[in-house]
Amino acid sequence: MRKIIDTMIEKVIFLCGMLSVIFVILIFSFLFIESFAFFRGFNIIKFIAGRYWYPDSEPVSFGIFSLLVGSFLVTLGACLIAVPLSVMTALYISEVVSKNVRDILKSLVELMAAIPSVVIGFIGMIVLVPCVRKLFNIPTGLTAFSGSVMLAFMAIPTIVTISEDAIRSVPRQYKEGALALGATKWQTIRRIVLKTARPGIIAAVMLGIGRVIGETMTVMMVTGNSSRIPHSIFEPVRTMTAVIAAEIGETVSGSMHYKALFSIGLVLFLITFIINFAAELFLGKNKNK
Amino acid sequence: MYKVKGFVMCFNNHTRYYSVKVLFFFLTSLFFCSCTKSQSEKDKYFSSMQIKGSDTVVNLIQELSEEFSRQHPSFNIGVTGGGSGNGFVSLVSGTCDIAMSSREIEKKEIMLAKSNNIEPNEFKIGLDGIVVIVNRNNPVNKLTLEQLRDIFTAKITNWKEVGGEDREIVILSRESNSGTYIFFEERVLGCGDEDNCNRFAVQSLIMPSSQAIYNEVFQNPNALGYTGIGFVNGGVKAISVAVNANSEYVYPTLENVMNYTYPILRPLYLYTNGMRIRNVVKMFIDYVLSEAGQKIVLKTSFVPIKKKEQKNKIKNYRSV
Repeated sequence: MRKIIDTMIEKVIFLCGMLSVIFVILIFSFLFIESFAFFRGFNIIKFIAGRYWYPDSEPVSFGIFSLLVGSFLVTLGACLIAVPLSVMTALYISEVVSKNVRDILKSLVELMAAIPSVVIGFIGMIVLVPCVRKLFNIPTGLTAFSGSVMLAFMAIPTIVTISEDAIRSVPRQYKEGALALGATKWQTIRRIVLKTARPGIIAAVMLGIGRVIGETMTVMMVTGNSSRIPHSIFEPVRTMTAVIAAEIGETVSGSMHYKALFSIGLVLFLITFIINFAAELFLGKNKNK
Repeated sequence: MYKVKGFVMCFNNHTRYYSVKVLFFFLTSLFFCSCTKSQSEKDKYFSSMQIKGSDTVVNLIQELSEEFSRQHPSFNIGVTGGGSGNGFVSLVSGTCDIAMSSREIEKKEIMLAKSNNIEPNEFKIGLDGIVVIVNRNNPVNKLTLEQLRDIFTAKITNWKEVGGEDREIVILSRESNSGTYIFFEERVLGCGDEDNCNRFAVQSLIMPSSQAIYNEVFQNPNALGYTGIGFVNGGVKAISVAVNANSEYVYPTLENVMNYTYPILRPLYLYTNGMRIRNVVKMFIDYVLSEAGQKIVLKTSFVPIKKKEQKNKIKNYRSV
């Protein structure tokens, strides 16, 4: 009897484990089939490099270059803001502060991850956007920069928690050795701790980027969604995610527009897949050491 | 620590008992459901109806149907959005009794309906005025339709070209699934004789909702956007619009929309199947066109239609 239960449970757990793998494969093949049908009717180079996204007027044009640039700009900006902030926060939490304060700080940072993206977008729209417009004296505050700032807020918890783990897993002997040789605390942190924990920190950053590039609601609310190719980060941009969210509701299923949106989905999926894969590689490297 | 353990144990006992109770309740309710369903099925067919279509009209009809059900509690009305075209498709395929629409039915759709033995019957239930709004501090008060077209297609990019300050114009638009977007594109941007319609400029910002447009216009003196007449209040300024430079500029008030002097307006419709009109549907349409119904139209910030038009419509459908 006990053995039967045991094997049954084993089977169930195996099934659950396989299920997520199957889902990923199914989603991927679904995206791939829809996009393949699209690329048979529309040149793939025109799709990637086309400058204009006019899906519902004559003649149709499904160029996502401006969307790619938009996603890229917002993500880059968010990284520039989030990475230094979060790595320093992680250092502070794991190296500098006392244990009591550390627990409070860590749970507060993790709490940040629980704020729904709509709320972040809403705050951005009401508070940040007018400030950005006045501060930089530009025509509108709905810019890639506003998106970057809000997205940085969303990436910080991810980056902080994972890089903090990486920093804490640096063996104590390394630090003690450095301090014993007369290095100051800052020298130890910079030369020893950061260097040893680097693969983990890079993985954390990668996962943060993955979160940022897939974010939809916040960017839709604060980046202005203009599909012109921007010249600077202080111009409105439209991201790939925002296009899918805004337009999937009105497309006739099976039409070119519908398939084009799935193709954007495929591009996004590939990008996040590569980023996550790279993160895994770095994390694996960290563990082997 | 002990206290916690005790609590957990008591909780466990409790939940076991609780789950048995839930199961029992579930089974009995299932039993009752299966008994009563077949009985009420027949009545349900006569007292329930489905309304589908335009997202612009859906809030209004929702409000109306709630009030209607309050007066006639035995009726069961389902209201869903999805767009005007969606409503017509459902009407033709017989999955809804009333289609809501913010545009007139197309010839193509009438043909399709007739081939399915359905006669679309039109009722005008109200008017919707689309208002162009700017920031309160913007000195521009009036624009012609032509100027509006040039602004939204980015031929005019600075406020000083239309009598304002030397500021760049920030164009706010809606997503292409918005009925307001489609209407504005048709009415203001317009098409040539052939298929070369004007498009919204690439640099126009696509906002996710009317509220988002309002927020941006409220705080940004460079912005201009369009929205339903209900969104105009002290926070933003509505623009008076003239058909061309020679005609009069009309401010978008309810009266001006009601007597068709404001140029950017559209009627809202309900469509029914004229071949087979059920009692519930008839009662509902009568209610919408009644004085009480039109009051709700006004309350949900649409414009009621004039009495004369209503009467025509009612006559029109009684003769069917």
